[in-house]
Parts: sequence; C-alpha cells; structure tokens
Amino acid sequence: MTDLSIKQSAVSVFFGRLGRHALRGIEQLGDGTMLGLNALAMIFRRPWQGKHFILQMHALGVGSLVIIIITGAFTGMVLALQGYYTLAKFGSESLLGAGVGMSIIRELGPVLGAFMIIGRAGSSITAEIGIMRVTEQTDALEMMAVNPKQRILLPRIVAITLAVPLLVSLFDVIGIGSGYIVGVELLGVNPGAYMAELIAKITMHDIYGGWVKAVVFGFMIGMICTYMGYRSEPTTEGVARATTQAVVVASVGVLIVDYILTSFFL
Amino acid sequence: MIRGEQLSKSYGDVMALTPTDIHVREGKITAIMGGSGSGKTTLLRLLAGLEKPSSGHVWYGDEDLCAMTDKRLYELRQSMGMLFQYSALLNSLNVYDNVAFPLHEHTDLDEEVIQTMVSMKLEQVGLRGFEHLMPSELSGGMAKRVAFARAMAMDPKVVFFDEPTSGLDPISSGVISTLIQNTARKNRMTSIVVTHDVSAGLAIADHVILLWQGRIIAKGTPDEIRDSDDARVQQFLEGRPDGPIPFSRSTTSYIDDLTHRPGTVRLET
Repeated sequence: MTDLSIKQSAVSVFFGRLGRHALRGIEQLGDGTMLGLNALAMIFRRPWQGKHFILQMHALGVGSLVIIIITGAFTGMVLALQGYYTLAKFGSESLLGAGVGMSIIRELGPVLGAFMIIGRAGSSITAEIGIMRVTEQTDALEMMAVNPKQRILLPRIVAITLAVPLLVSLFDVIGIGSGYIVGVELLGVNPGAYMAELIAKITMHDIYGGWVKAVVFGFMIGMICTYMGYRSEPTTEGVARATTQAVVVASVGVLIVDYILTSFFL
Repeated sequence: MIRGEQLSKSYGDVMALTPTDIHVREGKITAIMGGSGSGKTTLLRLLAGLEKPSSGHVWYGDEDLCAMTDKRLYELRQSMGMLFQYSALLNSLNVYDNVAFPLHEHTDLDEEVIQTMVSMKLEQVGLRGFEHLMPSELSGGMAKRVAFARAMAMDPKVVFFDEPTSGLDPISSGVISTLIQNTARKNRMTSIVVTHDVSAGLAIADHVILLWQGRIIAKGTPDEIRDSDDARVQQFLEGRPDGPIPFSRSTTSYIDDLTHRPGTVRLET
C-alpha cells in the first residue's frame, strides 16, 4: 500500500467515525426530544401527578439547597476579592457591588447553579431511573397499568424546571450577600456605595434574563437526565455510563445554550 | 384467549425467538419451559406486551396487542398481573405500599378496605406483619413472595410468572407453586409460567411448551411431555449433560484453545 493510499484510508476512517458519531448524536437528540415531549404531553392527563411533583421538588430542590448556599457564598466572596483588587487599580472600588451583582445575576448564578444542580440532582435522576430499568421496576409499572413516562419522567422534568430558577435566585441572593460581607466588612468598601451601585446598575432586564436562563437550563437538565436514565443500557455498567454521559452532556449543553441566550439578552 | 401468531424477536443479529405460534388456554396454567437462553422470557415479555415483536402478532381475544393504543393497553393491563424474576418491587415504597400500589392506582376503595385486602394477600404468602419493611430489608425469597402478593392484588384475569420459584427455598417454592395452582383454579385465572424448574412446571401446568434455541420443540399436557420420545425433551426433563442439547456453548476446540494453536482466539489477543 502506498503512503497516499494509507493516508486516504486513515482520513476515510476518521470521517467515517465522525459521521457515525454525528448521526448517533442526532438520533439521540430526536429520540430524547420525543420521549420528553411524550412525557410532557401527559401533564394534563389523569391521574394527576401533583403528589409526585411535590415529592420530586423536595428531593431535587430542597436536597440541593446546601450545595447551592455553599457555592453561592464562595462565588460571591471570591468575586468580591478579585473584583476589589482589580477595581482598586483604577480607584473604582465603589463599583464592586454592581460588578458582583451583575456577574452573579446575569451569568454565574444560572451557570454555576445549573452545574451544581446537574451534579447533585441531575446525576441522581439518571442513576435512579437507570436502576429502575435494571431492576425491572419500570416494566413492573407498565404491567400495573401505570405509564412510567407519566409517573417517573414527567414529575422530574417539571420539578427540576421549576426548582432551578428558585435555587438560582437563592444562589444570587447568597452570592451578592457574601460579596457584600467580603467587600464592605473585610475590605472596607463603603456600604452605601456598594448598595447604591448595585441597585443603580442592575435592571429588571438582567434579573429576567437570569431567570429565563435558569428555566431553560432546568428544562434541559430534566430532559437530558431523564432521557439518559430511561434509555440507559439495563446493566450496572450501562447505568454508570449513562450517569456520566448525562452530567457531561447537560454541562456542555448548559454552556452552549448559555452563549446563545446571552447573545439574545445582551 | 391469548394467541401468538408467527411471533419472532431478534436483537441485532441474534434471533431470540424464531417465528412461533402459541395458544394460551383461558383459565388454564401454561408452563413455558426450556434451558437458559432458550427464549422463554422473551416469549413471555412479548405475550405481556412489554416488548414489540420483530414480526407477528399477539391476540387478546380479537384485539391485536401490537396495534393497540396505549390507552387500551393500560385498560387491558388492569386485569393483568406479573411476577418478575427479580421481584421488581418499587424500592421507594414499603411492603404495604408495594402490595397496595395497584389498588391505590386503579380503585377508589377506602384505605381501610385496602388494608384488609393487603393483609389477606400477605397472609397468603406468609408475610402478614411485615408491611412496614422496605424492599432492601427483605431477603430474595421474601421479596418474591411480596411481588406475588402484589401481582395478585387486583385479582387479575391473566398473570405472567417469570421464574416464580427460582431463588426460593424448597418450602417457599412449594408454597408459591401451590398458590399459583390454587389461585388459578379458584379464580379461573389464565396463568403463563416461565420456569426451568421441571418438577414445579410439570406439577402445576395444564399445558406445557418446551423451547430450545428460540423455537418450540414440544407442547402438550404434562403427561404428553413426560412420554415424549423426542431425545431433546427427555434430556431436558432428566437434566442430563449429554445428548442432543449440548451443555457447552463453545464453538472452538478445547484442546486447541489450551495449546494456543494457530487459528484459535487467545485471551491476551
């Protein structure tokens, strides 16, 4: 075989693999969208899933509170530290409140909050549904005339879609509060200036933008993590792989969608 | 009542079930027997509608399960029960809630009535008083007995049993076999039992189907199966390693494998 033909065959193998991966990705995107939409279409169908929705809100939302509070606090603190030393070079320490607030509300709150929720709640959704598949619990529901998409997928998708904006709002408040403590109490920024700049620079447009991002991220996390669990290979290895994939795909998805949404909201 | 017509199932290149006709008699116990990998669980899952066949139809009366709407399928399933091989209890619910699950879902009965019904079902399987335990606190045998009670909770007309006695001690195994037989007779329940437990299968069944390599090799009453002159049937019934059904699934020569002769697959390669 000549050098040229070896190179040609390597190139064709590379593009062949790339093509197969792309096709599989598109197939999964379509399958996941259809599965999620099928589940969502049952939202107004009896029996109502209100009780299960509340249980999931508790498990996914309340269960993520601690991690959100810790992440929000340290994000606000480190932003205040970094922001202070940068702004101090230009003698603009009074802008610290606005800098911390805008960074958190517009960007860091939704994105970091979503990452934490993916790690804490999204992975548990995938693993739980995957294990239900391995242990035939989803089949048992089917045989008891209970639709697993309505009972398992729907409450989780709705709960996490609503839980993420609430948790992100908490992240924002904690982040701005801890930024205030570090900036004002530790570094000596004028408290009036901190709050005045914060209130003056942050508009409702910023806050709505953050909420829209949070809702979209929550919906994405719900769709991706339920899909990965429901379609996981029913083996222990399959569930482990699906959980890892769910975290990776949801995290990358959040970053990509964040860029698209930011370009709209700017 | 339940009829499989030219049912087949393949997973990729593997043919789990070749086109098969099967007729399950109403109010009778049909045992589907065969060795591991013979396609019996696949056949059961096709008949229960848990999987779509690659070809063929499953008829419930004059309705095709494969062409049914989800709504109709779920209506039909309210009169079905299934005991899974590994119990498939809902992990987040205790024993009481597992057994009461179908009753809570599909009836408007008072909780008091449901409590009585659950107690009766658990008494049948010898586990009354264990209502508060979680599935993780049960042994395999106990979990299977709870799953049996759950499968019977709605007094179904059709019940699928996937290896109902595997993993059970002889007493529990005997109790479950007797329960299947008694409940089926008393309620005129159509039962489809997948098992490789020859003695239990032949003892309780009215009709036996024997599968090998995804195809039916014998069917008939237990006596007809016992008297079959098919060497494969006799080998299976007697559990002999030698005969037309090979014990070993290996396709390469054992000696060649051990001596790493050219042409054999070595583990390290």
